Amino acid sequence: MNTPLQIVVCGSIVPDPLQTLEPVTGPNGPSLKNEMLLPAVLDPWAGHALFEAAHLAGKRSGSKVWLVSLGPKAKLQQVMMTVAQKVPFELVALDGPASGFSDSFETAAALAAAIEAIASLDRAKLLLFGGWESASRGTGSTLQMVGERLGIGEQFQGVDEITVRDDGSFTVLERIEGGRHQVSVCAAPPAVLGWATGNLPEPKNNPQVGMANMRTVMPALQRAKAAPISNTGLRFESVSLPKQQRETRIVKNMPVEEMAREIVAWIGEE
Amino acid sequence: MEPILLLAHTEADGTLAKPALEALGAALSLGGELNVGLVGAEVQPAANQISGAGAKRILGVAGEAFSQPRYATDAAAAEAICRAAGAGIVLAPSTSRWSRALPGVAYRLGGRVDTHSTGLELRNGAPAVTRWFYRQRMEAVLSREQRPWVVLLDPGCFAAWSGPAGTATVENVPVEAPPTRTTVTGVQAPKADEQTIRPDAKLLFVAGAGWTKKQADGAIHGREAETLILGFLRTTKSSLGGSKSLVDASGEGEAVLGFMTHLNQIGQTGSTPRHRKGLSTCCHGEEPHVVGWRFVNERRAINLDPNCGWARGKADVVYVADAFEVMRHVNQLLGA
Repeated sequence: MNTPLQIVVCGSIVPDPLQTLEPVTGPNGPSLKNEMLLPAVLDPWAGHALFEAAHLAGKRSGSKVWLVSLGPKAKLQQVMMTVAQKVPFELVALDGPASGFSDSFETAAALAAAIEAIASLDRAKLLLFGGWESASRGTGSTLQMVGERLGIGEQFQGVDEITVRDDGSFTVLERIEGGRHQVSVCAAPPAVLGWATGNLPEPKNNPQVGMANMRTVMPALQRAKAAPISNTGLRFESVSLPKQQRETRIVKNMPVEEMAREIVAWIGEE
Repeated sequence: MEPILLLAHTEADGTLAKPALEALGAALSLGGELNVGLVGAEVQPAANQISGAGAKRILGVAGEAFSQPRYATDAAAAEAICRAAGAGIVLAPSTSRWSRALPGVAYRLGGRVDTHSTGLELRNGAPAVTRWFYRQRMEAVLSREQRPWVVLLDPGCFAAWSGPAGTATVENVPVEAPPTRTTVTGVQAPKADEQTIRPDAKLLFVAGAGWTKKQADGAIHGREAETLILGFLRTTKSSLGGSKSLVDASGEGEAVLGFMTHLNQIGQTGSTPRHRKGLSTCCHGEEPHVVGWRFVNERRAINLDPNCGWARGKADVVYVADAFEVMRHVNQLLGA
């Protein structure tokens, strides 16, 4: 018998990677210049987690996916207009900063409280998904602390694959050093899985899914609770852009044989 | 300087790998009292290996239950050692094992955690950590009031401690292995002749989507691309990276390089490896790619576009040429 899955995906938004980012420091610490004006996207690894969650849930009737997202409400709404067209989910929104400079400890506390407040969630069946690192803070520490707060002791990070069996047990492939995967078997949920890239391509937009999702997305955004992050005890001494600008030598009109010789010589230099 | 605990896990032979010795070197550079905590199937060889480092205490959690990297058991062992040592600063190498377990340990101890630290120094008598934000696009130095402060140090950023081995005394920290539903069953590695990720390689070779696009003759030359790239990798023992677009194409049934997987992906949504040199081919060098090159010192690129991203101060040399042609000659010269 296929056990239905209850999957909560933690994922926030990040600036579009093509944007130029510049740090500024204010009275509350560092932030990005014009942060609220920068186009945003769903955090890439969290996006992979969401798509994998929807793929799993789609194979098991009675399964459900929640997306718990902490970010400025207005920016969340913009991003959800796109994300909601990808896969079915129910949004749980928290109105707070999505900054890379926000502390993961406090972020985890806010996310865990939001998950605990999901009335229909059976935590014994919970698979807690998210990206193994964000593209903003990039610490890879939030999910573990959310898991700890929810009392989940089975945790996996850098996940590229999960295979769930009919009895609810599952096999997980986690990235480890040297381009290898560690293979583990977990007897049953609950568990935390921090996703790397997975194996699924980004789903195409589906307007029908979008319409169904938007029925719950807008109310979720309207009732989003404020989740301020104070960064208590955290002090940024400096934040700066890398200064290095290389003096690029552009080699044109050189015979390819000569280019090849130059490259081989360069490779051989100690 | 407050007391420091260095946490390290042992390898299959009971010794410490280079990232752990680098973390030890970083810990010693701060000065102050140093304690070491070791976790693994057996820890005495590791303790002997670093017996000359001057640690005040070497604490150990050893046993079969702690031989495998697994969250529940690793977190229990690390928590017990941290409590026994009582140190305010906990340093550890950013291995996959510790990256999985230590953030949860920091929570259990009421502390805080920072990861991917690339620098560590004393400022006004307290440690300050350097790390990157927004996928290596800006660098910050930060400090914290909370203790314990767990800091994971990225490999390749600190000088490894070295010294003669001796005989050390290990204080056994009793830990009952927690109940767990997880069994580690093994490791999946590519076959030896397909190994394309070599973290210790001198050179990173990055292939972009151009390799699988139509070439000047209007045809796609995927097979030749595979032969050229694999020949180069085998001869030079380089590590292979790929741009997101090329890796995605591999997963979407388009013309592909059969050996390219998401594990090879470099950049905004991939890895940021550390290599001395990097050679980019058929990749336009825009910011999402280049953030993955942050820790590649010497950079060269082959691209048909003289105005590509690499030419705008991101590479040392850009060869404006057809990568197929150049790499054919390179391989010829290398005897590939």
